[in-house]
Amino acid sequence: MHPLAERIKREFPDGFVDAVEWRGDLAVTVRPAALHAVAMFLRHDPEIDCDYMVHVSSVDWPDDEERFEVVWEVASIRKRHRIRLKTRVPESDCLVDSLTDVWHGANFMEREVYDMMGIRFRNHPDLRRILMPDDYTEGYPLRKDFPLQGKGWRDTFEFLNEKA
Amino acid sequence: MNDTEKTYRFEDQRDTIYKVNPEHPETATLPLQRTEELLLNMGPQHPSTHGVLKVILELEGERLVKSTPVLGYLHRGVEKLAEDGTYHQFIPHTDRLDYVCAMYNNFAYCRAVEKLMNITVPERAEYLRTIVAEVQRIIGHQFWLGTQALDIGAMTVFFYTFRDREILLDWFDELCGARLTTSWYRIGGVERDLTPSLIAKLRAFLDYFPPKIDEYQVFLEKNRIWLARTKGVAVISAEDALSFGLSGPTLRGSGVDYDMRKHNGGYAAYPNCDFNVPVGKNGDTYDRYWIRVMELYESVKIVKQCLDQMQDGPIMANVPSVTLPPKDRVFTNLDSMIQQFKLFSQGFDAPPGEIYCGTEAHKGELGFYIVSTGGGKPYRMKIRSPSFIHMGAFDHMSRGYMIADAVTIFGTYDIVMGECDR
Repeated sequence: MHPLAERIKREFPDGFVDAVEWRGDLAVTVRPAALHAVAMFLRHDPEIDCDYMVHVSSVDWPDDEERFEVVWEVASIRKRHRIRLKTRVPESDCLVDSLTDVWHGANFMEREVYDMMGIRFRNHPDLRRILMPDDYTEGYPLRKDFPLQGKGWRDTFEFLNEKA
Repeated sequence: MNDTEKTYRFEDQRDTIYKVNPEHPETATLPLQRTEELLLNMGPQHPSTHGVLKVILELEGERLVKSTPVLGYLHRGVEKLAEDGTYHQFIPHTDRLDYVCAMYNNFAYCRAVEKLMNITVPERAEYLRTIVAEVQRIIGHQFWLGTQALDIGAMTVFFYTFRDREILLDWFDELCGARLTTSWYRIGGVERDLTPSLIAKLRAFLDYFPPKIDEYQVFLEKNRIWLARTKGVAVISAEDALSFGLSGPTLRGSGVDYDMRKHNGGYAAYPNCDFNVPVGKNGDTYDRYWIRVMELYESVKIVKQCLDQMQDGPIMANVPSVTLPPKDRVFTNLDSMIQQFKLFSQGFDAPPGEIYCGTEAHKGELGFYIVSTGGGKPYRMKIRSPSFIHMGAFDHMSRGYMIADAVTIFGTYDIVMGECDR
């Protein structure tokens, strides 16, 4: 196992789920309850020192019991390593801790995840839609059950109706 | 209510109560002195927002108290579209992300897919990729310099940079048939080789260009307005810049020496080239300007070295299950035609797994996070676009500056809304 993953496993034996290393990328999955503590550890531990927020993303696995996967990729500029931190949440309770207080950049990126996948973030300072319109109520576009052509948004434009 | 103290209630949203001094009752009829924050919508159609972007500015006098960017006017659902096409079919979509610098988007995407498929690109293709990517970086920085100076009010620079940019856009036109939406990179290599005419034109440009960079600087470095509008504006500390995830010149302006072309061994032909990464000190708009100008010189150096070092060889990796056959064989050879047809209609079978691959585009780290479950289409593709992430720091960087500085702060990120909203 990668030494960083081993370190996380040793510090958080209950929160650690698994670690995968593929094509040189390290991905560590943790339980949602331990997420914030693991993030604080990655940020403040002098040996790991992940000071750089790379991106926040999410993946939808509709067939799984824990449907959504939220991904934070963080890096250390000084120590030159990257870690992908992941957690899984079920659809009935898709709420995870926000990491905005650990890395400022998570603010906008988590808003995007909320907008696109409908995952809510606990203690997020400003959880609103960011790319879709504020009053958009037809769901979350990047979920797998959302059709590629959208849900009727086009029909609300009058000129399109006239042609049809 | 106290009789000696008249209170007036203004019917505005904030429901503020203003008190009138009883010794000067005339002020009661002229309730001019009131302090409240003013909300101002800037955009969505504003010439300096580089696309369609609205920012709600909360003002105290002319000072920015808080600013809230409203994004999404150019959202086209590129990430959703990616899930419905094969890996090869997505390359033209990447052109439309950052439409000013399409080549680098192609490059970043192809690199990500090559990492997923574990393909090694032949050496000549790596050199070609580096040359064209650096030419694209020159175009990007020229475009940035011209528009940033225009936003601040220095119009002349715009004409000079765009004059030189035209030369390179025409060069792209000859290279791949398009000036902006290029789609020249392919998974595993590049679409076509440089012709002798293209190499001669590029060498001529490399001799012509460095004196022109000096010329741009003459317009700005001693211009008092330019200095007043850029020095000490939009300062961000190195720690905050990292925490916000800023990248590229915006991060290096704060003194962080982080460039993916050098970091972790670099990529493409960069490890074989000798170049410097300029790093700023103060983290203000002027330092970011200086870094971009210095990068123009460095790009010229890199392209020259690549042209000198480049050897003959194949320009496409030979992995028939993934990479495209040479175009001339497609029209003459049945097998190659079938290969081309199958790759574009069904795609190639990617192994299940997930990768993230970042590339140093001229704006910052452009990354692709691809999740594959096998099959010809990506299961999920996330684009880490530097413009979007830089907008996240806009509120932090603009607080306390004047309204007019908001314009220079968009500019200092080198923002393109097509990439920001995806």
